[in-house]
Amino acid sequence: MDATKPLIAPAPVSDKPQSWTLRVRQMIDRGLPIDHLLPDRQPYYVGSWVYVFGVVTIAALAWVIVSGVVLSFMGPQWWHDSGVGRFFNSLHYWSVQLFFIFMVLHLWGQYFMAGWRHGRAATWMIGVVIFGISILTAFTGYLSQQNFDAQFIALNAKDAMNGAGIGAFFNVLNFGQMYGLHVMLLPIGVTFLVVVHIVMVRMRGVVKPIDAEGTAR
Amino acid sequence: MDSPATYLHWGFILISVPNLLVIAGMLVLFAVALVAPFPHGAEADDGRH
Amino acid sequence: MNKSIAETQEEYYRGVRMVPYDLLKELVLALVGVGVLTVGLAVIFSSPDVPPVTIAAWAQNDPADFVTTATGELAGATTSAGYGNPYNTNGPGQAWGPIAPQKWFGTRIPIDSASTFVIQPLQRASLGNADLGTAVTAWQAAKPDQQTTWLDAYTKALAGATVKDGKVSVAAGDYGPLPVMMSSLLGVAQSGGLDGLLVINGRFYQTDYTQALVFMGDGGYLAGLAAQAKLTGSQWGMMNETGSYPGQTWLWLYTMWYQVFPFNSSSGMIGLNAGNADLGIIILMTVLTGALALVPLIPILRDIPRWLPIHRLIWRSYYASKRTTA
Repeated sequence: MDATKPLIAPAPVSDKPQSWTLRVRQMIDRGLPIDHLLPDRQPYYVGSWVYVFGVVTIAALAWVIVSGVVLSFMGPQWWHDSGVGRFFNSLHYWSVQLFFIFMVLHLWGQYFMAGWRHGRAATWMIGVVIFGISILTAFTGYLSQQNFDAQFIALNAKDAMNGAGIGAFFNVLNFGQMYGLHVMLLPIGVTFLVVVHIVMVRMRGVVKPIDAEGTAR
Repeated sequence: MDSPATYLHWGFILISVPNLLVIAGMLVLFAVALVAPFPHGAEADDGRH
Repeated sequence: MNKSIAETQEEYYRGVRMVPYDLLKELVLALVGVGVLTVGLAVIFSSPDVPPVTIAAWAQNDPADFVTTATGELAGATTSAGYGNPYNTNGPGQAWGPIAPQKWFGTRIPIDSASTFVIQPLQRASLGNADLGTAVTAWQAAKPDQQTTWLDAYTKALAGATVKDGKVSVAAGDYGPLPVMMSSLLGVAQSGGLDGLLVINGRFYQTDYTQALVFMGDGGYLAGLAAQAKLTGSQWGMMNETGSYPGQTWLWLYTMWYQVFPFNSSSGMIGLNAGNADLGIIILMTVLTGALALVPLIPILRDIPRWLPIHRLIWRSYYASKRTTA
């Protein structure tokens, strides 16, 4: 028994250990050892400002969430009646604008770098899904404003939803439904997928330049 | 900021000036990111790959 | 056994020069930088908040439009009255050939326009108003032909209505109990009572504004304000925000289709036109979004980055070093 590591089974272990915990830990060790999750080095070709758009998108999302948490804590009417509330709404509004700006710049960068190569197609696809769900999150946010903009967006959008049949289940005129989706379900979805996206990037590392040596394409 | 925006109309395109500024700003920002020099810390390679 | 992804990453980077790169410092700098930008924008520009329109405001500012809309609800002539699912089965809804999802999912949000927007509120308001009660009873008792005759006459007269002191007057004629009903409904609306009735709808706690919004949508007042703010569909409205604020620029492609053929034409092509534009465009955008997600698998789309020299700018130091060592 290895006295220095009392929580871990003594080596060697069989190829197919019975412990589920051990199997999961080995899977993580094989796929994402901690020095791949938090490397302190990068390939030297990671040397363009285009690479920065991903992390500033994450930063913008962090500000969206922080300002959103404050707004949801105080309730959906607070920002209409309070100067401080209006300020937090402004933080939320502008961080959302920055989030979409940086996300699209990140998309452009990854497209022109063909970032899906060498086994990274799923990372790209998850990114597009995040884009779609972000649009849906923003949409429910606009519908939750309880002002003139929200009224007209709801009235206009209902025709698109109804024309496609989803209006029967997703009623943009139902503030309660839209608000619940906006403050809870959709942010959880976006955050979860962003974490998956980042883990996938860290597992495979940054893609090599197009036509780099040692690569097929 | 509450007064109505100015809109530009070219053919079938109708766009507000603020929206146009955002889109133009994004294109400029992308172009700058492409060409601006990126500070490389240490060019050193300690041999670990 | 397959190589682990961690091992393949070691192989992938074999021979590649690695340099120090502080990811967490970069994240913190990004958080601070974006934070400063966000706070700055919030302090300088604030955010838009145009107050919502109420039925009371509509009835006070454009009583003729209000009464015309309410009459239209009784006549079954408004957008909501003939909408189709999910509100009712009075219209076919949008369809493209056999694709008719609007019809498929049923009447899950039932709205009977005449009853919901006119008769029920008037029945509630007639408690304590004998004249109104008599008028509503007379209306309910009349034969449909008689109701139609009154409605046709009153609708025609409303085209030349005059407004004085918030009241709507029309030329003399035989409109049955309609003038009393409409004048009462207008009074209830102007007091704010109709907002209350349509939102609360007999309950107390309520978070669903469907009825009040659909009723306002049937009229011209809110639509007129929206057109002034350039929010309507034919004005690239999906992208726009009230005031001088940037809107939803990321929706440019979605809203663009409404401005182009066939979606802006009544005749259109291959069965797509302005009449089923919502359905057609949602289908189109679903396909395009799917294509974006599947770019790695789509020839030509996935090869364009190789053909364009943009990546040569991004990785210029790499390509330069390869040239010198080649």
